Amino acid sequence: MAQRIVILGAGTGGSLAANRLRRECGDDAEIVVVDRDDDHVYQPGLLFVPFGLADPAAIVRSRAGQLRPGIDFRIADVDRVDAERSVVVLGDGTELPYDVLVIATGAELLPEETEGMTGPGWGDSVFTFYTLAGATGLRDALRRFRSGRLVVNFVDLPIKCPVAPLEFCFLADWYLHKHGIRDQVDLRFVTPLDAAFTKPAASAHLAGLLEQKGIAIETEFATGEIDGAGGRLVSWDEREVGFDLLVTVPPHGGAAFVARSAGLGDDLGFIPTDPATLQAAAAPNIFVLGDATNLPTSKAGSVAHFEGETLIQNVRRFLAGKPLEATFDGHANCFVETGFGRALLIDFNYDQEPLPGHFPIPGIGPLPLLREARRNHFGKLMFQWVYWHLLVPGRALPGISAQMRPRRAGAVKPNHRGAPA
Amino acid sequence: MSTMTLAGSPVDVDAEGFLEEPAQWSRDVGADIAARNGIATLTDRHWLVVDYMRRTYLETGAAPSIRTLGKASGVPIKELYGLFPKGPAKLAAKIAGIPKPRGCI
Repeated sequence: MAQRIVILGAGTGGSLAANRLRRECGDDAEIVVVDRDDDHVYQPGLLFVPFGLADPAAIVRSRAGQLRPGIDFRIADVDRVDAERSVVVLGDGTELPYDVLVIATGAELLPEETEGMTGPGWGDSVFTFYTLAGATGLRDALRRFRSGRLVVNFVDLPIKCPVAPLEFCFLADWYLHKHGIRDQVDLRFVTPLDAAFTKPAASAHLAGLLEQKGIAIETEFATGEIDGAGGRLVSWDEREVGFDLLVTVPPHGGAAFVARSAGLGDDLGFIPTDPATLQAAAAPNIFVLGDATNLPTSKAGSVAHFEGETLIQNVRRFLAGKPLEATFDGHANCFVETGFGRALLIDFNYDQEPLPGHFPIPGIGPLPLLREARRNHFGKLMFQWVYWHLLVPGRALPGISAQMRPRRAGAVKPNHRGAPA
Repeated sequence: MSTMTLAGSPVDVDAEGFLEEPAQWSRDVGADIAARNGIATLTDRHWLVVDYMRRTYLETGAAPSIRTLGKASGVPIKELYGLFPKGPAKLAAKIAGIPKPRGCI
């Protein structure tokens, strides 16, 4: 009898895992994919919506439409995972037994966790671009915005695509210039970190860009309250930053069912996962990829893609009774939009800092690393095609390996494997 | 890395004063670190956080974030900022003798 693989979540990670497992296992495995709706949002596109650079409707496709024939796609809420019995309990009480469970339910936004975020001003002078509705509302607010202080902020890590708030700053600078009102606007980036970014080498580079573009930065600002009516961000240690328009990123947590599943997740609802094999700490027949894990790497689509390789092999090895392979190295890469049709590209893993060089082939490229270039901007635009046609279907990306390529030996700074903040 | 003397015993610390080796820690060392960072006396509320921090690190290998502290340490976030001014997670980790919590990316 075919073994049953249940996959929770049909976003980037869940879809690519389902498609690859279907292709590789054929009818030896029955693959069931569960998601709560049929809207697969191309999340990198959300950044472009507020600036009129992407049409909201054009970045959403059917989840079912991205899955290969033979995959059983079901729309349902998940109540909980019973790891001891190897059963998923759906919202209506239906039980879905599995031989292997793959969890790819991503991260949720938790705006109500920050006092006042969803209070007065929410959707009026306070927005997030991390949802389609928020990004669309922000587009309309930016069209009306003429002068004053525009504050870009995130409350706490982890967040999806941690460079996105910085990219928003750079694009806002470009957008305001384009509309001839840049000198009427005080653009300010407010971060809980002690620098522009988490990785020192990239951080120094990004801080230089902020300065060059006249974007003020306020560091170590731990947002405790958003006062939308008074137009103020208030930190836990009682500092204040006033705003006319606030673009914020709410705290993130794991999917709600994680907290209802005994022993599965941590305090924030992320799932303790082996950093190299992607097996869940909770049970040997549960594997996790993408934003749902607690791993100390980016919550980003590129990571889900690179994890895919390890996850597929280990699910197959587990079903065949073979030992798992510890092959995932934390590889992430991100295009960082820097405005005016340019972007930079960063590439890093658990142990290796982002470094200058070229990607994917050292010394050749074609894309320069950690340096602004027009080619990187086109790389980012082209990525939407790559996403729907190569990445989600679970095909190999030409020239790009799951493990990070070692760089010039002398340039590598060791970086202690850390824990998520 | 350098060595300094805290509460009469030599300990290895990094450039920012975080202990390199959690095993070199004692409650007296913790109190000495606190004093050097502007907290003259550690109250029961301080210790609740410091002990939680250290226990969690030793059990999981990861220092809890400020949100986790607020949810699970028994001390609300607002009070954490009163007890450990500026950065509670960082300062409590330093006093607890565990490595600096790293922002995950």
